[in-house]
Amino acid sequence: MQRTVLIAITLVAAAAVGSVLAAPVNYNTPDEVAAFKPGPNLEVVQGNCAACHSSDYIATQPPMKDKKGFWQAEVTKMIKVYGAPIDDADVGKIVDYLAATY
Amino acid sequence: MFDRRDLLKGAGLAAMTATLNSTRALALDTVTLPFANGERPLVKYPQKRPMIGLTSRPPQLETPFAVFNDGPITPNNAFFVRYHLADLPYNLDPDTFTLEVKGKVDKPLKLSLKDIRKMKAAEIVAVNQCSGNSRGFLEPRVAGGQLANGAMGNARWRGVPLKTVLEMAGVQAGAKQVVFGGMDGPVSDKTPDFAKALDLAHAADGEVMLAYGMNGDDLPFLNGFPLRLVVPGYYGTYWVKHLNEITVVDTVYDGFWMKSAYRIPDTPNNSIEPGTAPKATIPINRFTIRSFITNVTDGAKLKAGRTMLRGIAFDGGKGIKDVQVSADGGKTWTSATLGKDLGNYSFREWKLPVKLASGQVELRVRATSNSGETQPETPRWNPAGYLRNVVETVRVSVA
Repeated sequence: MQRTVLIAITLVAAAAVGSVLAAPVNYNTPDEVAAFKPGPNLEVVQGNCAACHSSDYIATQPPMKDKKGFWQAEVTKMIKVYGAPIDDADVGKIVDYLAATY
Repeated sequence: MFDRRDLLKGAGLAAMTATLNSTRALALDTVTLPFANGERPLVKYPQKRPMIGLTSRPPQLETPFAVFNDGPITPNNAFFVRYHLADLPYNLDPDTFTLEVKGKVDKPLKLSLKDIRKMKAAEIVAVNQCSGNSRGFLEPRVAGGQLANGAMGNARWRGVPLKTVLEMAGVQAGAKQVVFGGMDGPVSDKTPDFAKALDLAHAADGEVMLAYGMNGDDLPFLNGFPLRLVVPGYYGTYWVKHLNEITVVDTVYDGFWMKSAYRIPDTPNNSIEPGTAPKATIPINRFTIRSFITNVTDGAKLKAGRTMLRGIAFDGGKGIKDVQVSADGGKTWTSATLGKDLGNYSFREWKLPVKLASGQVELRVRATSNSGETQPETPRWNPAGYLRNVVETVRVSVA
């Protein structure tokens, strides 16, 4: 194919997908559609968890027998290992929401 | 960065989203992976075909398994995506991109992408596999990304041997490890930034590569554009994406992602009693050997008589010596014919005609490497769900 034709196609498509040849890259991800399920203390969970990751991180975890123990360990990991700034008063609320909802 | 077909597909998708609710247009369908809570959306990202969506922020995409039956090379638009931290360099500028080489070197370097592309290029076909590939099949289940078998792929990588760049910089006496950092980072400055380290001898072995090319194209953005580390035979955690920082150190690097995360039990087979905790751990390293049947899915209905089975096998770099297949639940095994040898780090295709008797049949596949490593009959277990390589079983109904 002629180079000029290729460039023309590229420019049209680039405009359509919103990026490409012109630097910088400007990569666009699809809209985030996953949402936290309704449940007790939903606002606390949204406020503390959603800054760093989408809710599907939670929704895709395996069904565990000891839900409370599992989610307590996950929330503790987020605080101690990944530095999540969660108030002590919110930890129990988040664990309860997760154990009741997922 | 886009290939032409992708561009056209992308344009089509954009046209579609213009007339449809964008949420609906992007959630194309769902798939159910074969374990509890395995329902996933099929999602469409730029430069990618519909992929199994694990998480959206940061993006994590699994390859639909049927792709592995199309050939030994995984197309760029089907290659899996795994990130840890959600601050991706979505606006990076390849023209101003700089790779910094620093630390215990005589001559610190700042290399542009043009500088790197001007250097003598090397190519290698190598599998990249996520440490957590197949985690969803673990029993008992463990926390983490719940993946089926699609967090792996095989590509022809093009770039510059890391050895060349280290020689340019002049590694100083006493250096022990080389640390790699990428442009992606955490949302919170309290979260440890992602960095990985290799021993100097490994980093300078001539095979570890700074790759800018993948299957004849630029790296897709989500696979590390414009430059990533390729560590043949090693789990994907070492294949740092958007690589812009190489630091030679005279210590054993003790950052979180080496010292605390991505550890495996320091036991024979790196396995422990399911549900227990290891006494000592080491960093994850080479792939365990694996093999798969790719042209028959679990639960398929097949006709009695002759049928051709096909699949792939790979290991941590010794190369595949033999692939054996059983069409009777493991009672008898027959060696398959191996496909073209693309190198010791590549998927190796195999095929075997088998005769199927009527009834419920268990098809199994088991690979052996040139070093004699083979796959276990019962799954090994570790708390992070790494290294899975049990002999795979595909159950079919034959009539």
